[in-house]
Amino acid sequence: MSKYILKRLLMMIPVILGMSFFIFVILEKAPGDPARIILGDKAPAEAVEELREEMGLNDPFLVRYINYIGDALRGDFGTSYRTHLPVFEEIMARFPTTLTLALGSIVLTVIIGVPIGVLSAVKQYSILDNATMAGALILASMPGFWLGTMLLLLFASKLHWLPATGAESWKSFILPCVALMASNMAMLVRMTRSNMLEVIRAEYITMARAKGASEKVVIFRHALRNALMPIITIIGMNLSSLLGGTMIIESVFALPGLGTLAITAVRSKDIPLVMAEVIFIALLAGFINLFVDVLYAYIDPRLKSQYVSRKRARRAAR
Amino acid sequence: MSGKPLLSVKDLWVEYEADEAVVHAVNGISFELEEGQTIGLVGETGAGKTTTALSILRLLPANIGFIRRGSIEFEGKNLLELKEGELLSYRGKQISMIFQDPMTSLNPVIPVGDQVAEMFRLHNEEKLPKTEIDQRVDELFELVGIPKVRKSEFPHQFSGGMKQRAVIAIALACRPKLLIADEPTTALDVTIQAQVLDMMDGLKKKFGTAMIMITHDLGVVAETCDIVAVMYAGEIVEMGTVYDIFEGKVHHPYTEGLFGSIPSMDSHEKRLKPIEGLMPDPSSLPSGCKFSPRCPYCQDICKREEPSVRCMGSHSVRCRFVDMEGAV
Repeated sequence: MSKYILKRLLMMIPVILGMSFFIFVILEKAPGDPARIILGDKAPAEAVEELREEMGLNDPFLVRYINYIGDALRGDFGTSYRTHLPVFEEIMARFPTTLTLALGSIVLTVIIGVPIGVLSAVKQYSILDNATMAGALILASMPGFWLGTMLLLLFASKLHWLPATGAESWKSFILPCVALMASNMAMLVRMTRSNMLEVIRAEYITMARAKGASEKVVIFRHALRNALMPIITIIGMNLSSLLGGTMIIESVFALPGLGTLAITAVRSKDIPLVMAEVIFIALLAGFINLFVDVLYAYIDPRLKSQYVSRKRARRAAR
Repeated sequence: MSGKPLLSVKDLWVEYEADEAVVHAVNGISFELEEGQTIGLVGETGAGKTTTALSILRLLPANIGFIRRGSIEFEGKNLLELKEGELLSYRGKQISMIFQDPMTSLNPVIPVGDQVAEMFRLHNEEKLPKTEIDQRVDELFELVGIPKVRKSEFPHQFSGGMKQRAVIAIALACRPKLLIADEPTTALDVTIQAQVLDMMDGLKKKFGTAMIMITHDLGVVAETCDIVAVMYAGEIVEMGTVYDIFEGKVHHPYTEGLFGSIPSMDSHEKRLKPIEGLMPDPSSLPSGCKFSPRCPYCQDICKREEPSVRCMGSHSVRCRFVDMEGAV
């Protein structure tokens, strides 16, 4: 298992390199001169040229990319063109907001979504099930930005229960979390329900009942774990996209997270900041995927033995 | 036959409600079983054998399968009147079941040893400590012939025969009074079949367990059963001791067909002799005798009226033309 994890970690290196190269190319080809953007439209051409030379923008493309990667490996991701602060600090200043938002909404989604999905499956075709499915459909059809705006209108400007913008207290996170959760939760509920329905019909579930297990034991000990795999896949996918920053929701609620940071960085062609953010997000996604895969192995022993058997096969070959 | 029966099924009717049609899976079957006896339920796929078994444990699929009429008495108690909570102490403890397919009847994410131990934990009236349960699991593993070091392995690491042994270990864990074996050997290859049957027979004798053996393999029936009930389209068409069925001269035409379809070793036949036709669609059963469309002796009256059951001693046949004194 540890060998497998190590292998996966090593595999992340080419992924990150490829990704950073790709973004570097895009930023290179995108219109706009960073030196011009920094100095403004009215600056004389000589000054711009001087700055370009100083920033190393006149070097050939590959030289600049290799220099960037070299610096990055030494932990220097450069300074923002706009604020002149190290981009690493900028990202770290914004990350807690995004992390709170992402974890908050994911944890709530799971805590609420999984039990509802299970209940809905166990009571298939009941009023509760039909109501849940209708509710899920409604939630899934509401775009996050629209729901966010509506929540703002109701709870912030009309009722004044919750703050509309900023990230000062935990209260500021309630509305954005709810707006983010809606469609994810709808998907999770539906997924949990359909998986549970499939598992409940399996023969080992009838067998568990035949053993004299109560319905609670049958559902939670025998069925849920077997239905968990696709659920974890969804959670993992949601989490990596949420941690990258949720541009739309962060914009709607004016939250200082990674999403809004990315938007400003792209708009001002702040190359070091965009690069660093992309690499940061790629790393996070890589780690989350790895975590999810390791979690699979712990939930489903059949997968675990795949990892192990590869090792054993290699050992046997020697 | 003497004494009070352990299990007595009387006039059991079971239906499945599918989207449009109502499937008449079991249509008024009755049989009795004494302690230590084995009854074989024989018949084609769809004859209602498994449905009968599931009805006894009340494990018919919820919202689809319904017991419409009849009673199932176990030690004098009607199982159909019990509440769900009361049933739990019967399931597994008094009556246990071996399912058709050992490949799918073990939970893939729980170690096999745990699945066996669960039986002791679920029915732990004696409040056995964990170490004692572990020891009992070891004993059971030894009994069914699985090395106990394999306790912590998962079902996918077991072969088919080993899985079936594990399933049998689970079924026997609480020394049930009645064991329902739903085609316990169908999914296994022949060499393993013999081993498993031998083992079940030995265990049955050791614990004095009564058994319902569901199968379509007449060889298995001859080897293991005391009583045989031949099922067709949800009815028992013929029932008797294993001698009545295998040695008796008088049979239901369906039983004749079943035996006739076994290829003979002595005669040189080019083709097999199947029973002509197919089992009727259980959602629209023929009127009169259910076997009439396929019966070589069928007459007009068979298509109109239900046949009565003719009995002689332990042997009963559901056909109007059977003369229990002589031949058809």
